[in-house]
Amino acid sequence: MSHHITEAKDLFYEYPDGHQAVNGISFRIHHGESVGVIGGNGAGKSTLLMLLMGILVPSQGEVVIGEVKLNKDTLSMIRQRLGMVFQNPDDQLFMTTVFDDVAFGPRSLKLDEAQVEQRVNSALEQVGIKHLKDRAPFKLSAGEKRAAAIATVLSMTPDILILDEPTSSLDPRSRRRLMNILKGFEHTKIITSHDLDMVLELCQRVMVIKDGLIISDGQTKDILTNKKLMEEAGLELPLSLQNCPACGKTK
Amino acid sequence: MPNIVNAIYNIRQFDELARQDSLIHRLHPLAKLLATLGYTVVLVSYDKYATIALLPFLFFPVFMAAAGRIPAGPLLKRLLYIEPMIICVGLLNPLFDRGTTSILGQTMSSGWLIFISIVIKGSLAVTSALLLMATTGMDGIALSLRKLKVPKIFVLQLMLTYRYISVLLEEAARAIQAYSLRAFNPKSLKREVWGPMLGQILLRTVDRAQRVYDAMCLRGFIGEYHTGKNPSPGFADYLFVAGWGTFIAASRAVNLPLWLGNILAGAVK
Repeated sequence: MSHHITEAKDLFYEYPDGHQAVNGISFRIHHGESVGVIGGNGAGKSTLLMLLMGILVPSQGEVVIGEVKLNKDTLSMIRQRLGMVFQNPDDQLFMTTVFDDVAFGPRSLKLDEAQVEQRVNSALEQVGIKHLKDRAPFKLSAGEKRAAAIATVLSMTPDILILDEPTSSLDPRSRRRLMNILKGFEHTKIITSHDLDMVLELCQRVMVIKDGLIISDGQTKDILTNKKLMEEAGLELPLSLQNCPACGKTK
Repeated sequence: MPNIVNAIYNIRQFDELARQDSLIHRLHPLAKLLATLGYTVVLVSYDKYATIALLPFLFFPVFMAAAGRIPAGPLLKRLLYIEPMIICVGLLNPLFDRGTTSILGQTMSSGWLIFISIVIKGSLAVTSALLLMATTGMDGIALSLRKLKVPKIFVLQLMLTYRYISVLLEEAARAIQAYSLRAFNPKSLKREVWGPMLGQILLRTVDRAQRVYDAMCLRGFIGEYHTGKNPSPGFADYLFVAGWGTFIAASRAVNLPLWLGNILAGAVK
């Protein structure tokens, strides 16, 4: 595959109830880029991710991954290259043990058990939860579940990681730990989030979405410091860039 | 509300039990499935008045529970959930069958005898099925069904239904929790909210099930559920099936309690 370029060309999507969630989105993400997709609630971020993964089919436009157009015939091949971590890890963890959950993808690829085990161990090691491999997913903490959900995707050895609100419902320590894990990945990353401080720290590039359209696309520091743009998109400046709430000291 | 939370816990408790390590857990799933199927078929093949002759059939569940280290509590609790249904099935017999029959020299209502027979058969069959679940797990049962050439679509339906029960229960628990926090009498659901509540639970469950299915598809699921476990049967498995097969067949061929009773009576004389 020619080098993990992710391209959306004039994407449109309308839900069956008539809600036009994506209104002509185009972008090109290069290999190794870490891109934040931000916007208010209902802006179309999650829909965009589902279009990229082929869960939803655009009513117009196309998704191209490494020069291969996403369609019914290429879906399976493309999904091996893209790994998506869902907003709610409970949707992603459906087996009885963490090991079986992480092994689900490699087993679906019909790898032999030795390879499956090697991939599972490697994925669990990368997210630091190898000791939890025999635990039942529902018994894990929110942070551990998130790590396990990421491991389920890593075991497929994707080139591109897509994460939907990865830090939501995490306590500060788990959030920091997850951010450190994500920082260590060399994959192309597409991250949607309302956690703008995390986006500021992890992403070099940000796309701001409003009403299903990209209203701004550029360097993270330029965009996240633009108060007017943030407010237009229904957002605020990242907390780390706001004035100190205790002493009022300006930044 | 606690009932639903308990139900979620109970379902998951069986998954936990199935992950234990014991003599029975180590057996090939197919061996356990065949023994349980054989046991159940022979059990229900008995005549409708059979009661004493069924006693040897207690050994199989007792052995499975003891050797599989399955605690009696959760097992009996689940059996109690099913018991009203078994009783309902048998309850019409004493009402409609007013005849009498003789058992161990005593005259007894044949309707009640049939009722007792149905309760014994039903309870033993359900217990053995629960023990199969608790010692094998749904993945193992699915593997055995595929080995028995059951079409994959049926096995998949079984697996996904089992998986989605907990999804349904979780959504129901959330909806009922939300209701009980705002209701004046949280002990029961008002009749007028039954419809909207059921509709909400159904819609949420469908949504959630769709997301789980999407997650499976994104990880390469195309209709075949791979568990990665595909052991070959060994000597212990053959021995298990042959041993219990022989015992069950012998119990069916000879009324063991009667035979033992006659021997003991002869010895006393």
